[in-house]
Amino acid sequence: MTTTHETEPEVSPPSQRGDRIFAGLAKSAGLVILAALAAVFIFLAVEGIPGVNQPAETYAPLSSFLPYVGRLLFGTVFAALIALVIAVPFALGIALFISHYAPRVLAAPVAYVVDLLAAVPSVVFGLWGARALAPQLVSVQAWLGEHLGFIPFFAGPASVTGKTVLTAGVVLAIMILPIITAISREIFAQTPRLHEEAALALGATRWEMIRYAVFPYARSGIVSAVMLGLGRALGETMAVALVLSASPVVTLNMISNTNPATIASNIASSFAEATPAKLSVLIATGLVLFAFTFAVNFAARAVVARSERKFSR
Amino acid sequence: MAKSIDVSDLDIYYGDFLAVQGVNMTIKARSVTAFIGPSGCGKSTVLRSLNRMHEVIPGARVEGKIMVDGQSLYDPSIDPVAVRRQIGMVFQRPNPFPTMSIYDNVLAGNRLNSKRMKKAEQDAIVEKSLRGANLWNEVKDRLNKPGMGLSGGQQQRLCIARAIAVEPQVLLMDEPCSALDPISTSAIEDLIHELKSEFTIVIVTHNMQQAARVSDDTGFFNLKAAGQPGQLVEMNATKKMFSNPDNEATEAYISGRFG
Repeated sequence: MTTTHETEPEVSPPSQRGDRIFAGLAKSAGLVILAALAAVFIFLAVEGIPGVNQPAETYAPLSSFLPYVGRLLFGTVFAALIALVIAVPFALGIALFISHYAPRVLAAPVAYVVDLLAAVPSVVFGLWGARALAPQLVSVQAWLGEHLGFIPFFAGPASVTGKTVLTAGVVLAIMILPIITAISREIFAQTPRLHEEAALALGATRWEMIRYAVFPYARSGIVSAVMLGLGRALGETMAVALVLSASPVVTLNMISNTNPATIASNIASSFAEATPAKLSVLIATGLVLFAFTFAVNFAARAVVARSERKFSR
Repeated sequence: MAKSIDVSDLDIYYGDFLAVQGVNMTIKARSVTAFIGPSGCGKSTVLRSLNRMHEVIPGARVEGKIMVDGQSLYDPSIDPVAVRRQIGMVFQRPNPFPTMSIYDNVLAGNRLNSKRMKKAEQDAIVEKSLRGANLWNEVKDRLNKPGMGLSGGQQQRLCIARAIAVEPQVLLMDEPCSALDPISTSAIEDLIHELKSEFTIVIVTHNMQQAARVSDDTGFFNLKAAGQPGQLVEMNATKKMFSNPDNEATEAYISGRFG
């Protein structure tokens, strides 16, 4: 793309050539990402579609593909939703604290520490969840099973190892916290001063000002942030694989020994000893996860676009 | 309802930077007081200190006394939120809440005061405030449309309606017409004339004709010298300010021989 003539300062419009080079670079970067995505999709489709029709024993403990992937998908969504329910309030609270409540000396370090969380490798979170967090949560889960057992989520009997989908959800929550916090913090901080002052001048307290000016402005950004967090939680592998000893079951019980597996963790834990037939089944589940994540992102964009259209009118 | 304001020995800081020094003035109830002066001389800063909006900026603080009808505004026992509910403000650029309808924008302040209101009561406040802001006839058929859909001048009158809906004692206006065309400007100036029967109005303006047209009293602000804090040079009845001011600097500024 660049030529050897580039070093010679040319008089006739230098900016145009720079523009062309940059436009070319940007365009090829865009095309490469599309091509990569297409290549992943084609790989998953070619390798995975045979996995839909394999001998029944490949799908053990089930006997055909759809129930198999259905249960895994349930586990994936369930664990991700637990993570979201835990992470979103925390993330929004932290983001608001950093952008609107904390004194400046405190805001920067807190923001920095939260960003650091994103730099911890997921396998470390997995180990920590399995070795450190799970034993700590045993008593909490026992308490939940005892006192809130009437809610299906806490039906119990509580696991004695603590390695449950609830624990996995907590670990996932910590993992998606930084991205949700970082994005919503940026959006909160961009709230137009004009709108904040409009609320304050009417005699709004700080919280009322946030409700009047910050949240409406940030709504679509919050949805994007949550969706990105959800995408991360759906695809997360090691943290879940290390925490859960899972099986493809459908249960809302979050604290018992039988835990639903997620697609990604199932692939990770079955991959090593998989036969070719099993492998194609695993890849097919990967294709389902790919399509599902895609659909979630699409839905999120649609939600955001619609709310933006509504406000801009 | 309208109240007078007494300012004595007011110094206003941004952090360590002294922006305005030694302001003494009396703002009469039920009249329009205009602040004029070159950019950066502290007019808006003084205005914003009158409803404690100045301190919203980190590090900003005020020394001295501001009395509203004998009550000190900066007394430690006074909640700035309560002050702002009684002293309304209209900003340079119209700032209706973008996600709210016209109706909800007008009621925003009333809802903050968290009184539960009946629908009929709300309707009455909305109509009264919008009529007060000369906007009712233009928007009465589309009260549930977003406030951002209005023209700039209409948006500014919507903001005035929102400010007067809570029946404040004082209305502060920070260059309310600087983003508007001449027709909208004239509509707002007419409105200021009408509002002064009910409210004490303080307006900052860069437009001296506007000050001459709308105000009863005028204060001229200027920097003491380059790099020095701003100060109130002269405050007098508008008629006197524009015909025969006491201070030479005032005359120079008003007649355009400034600097």
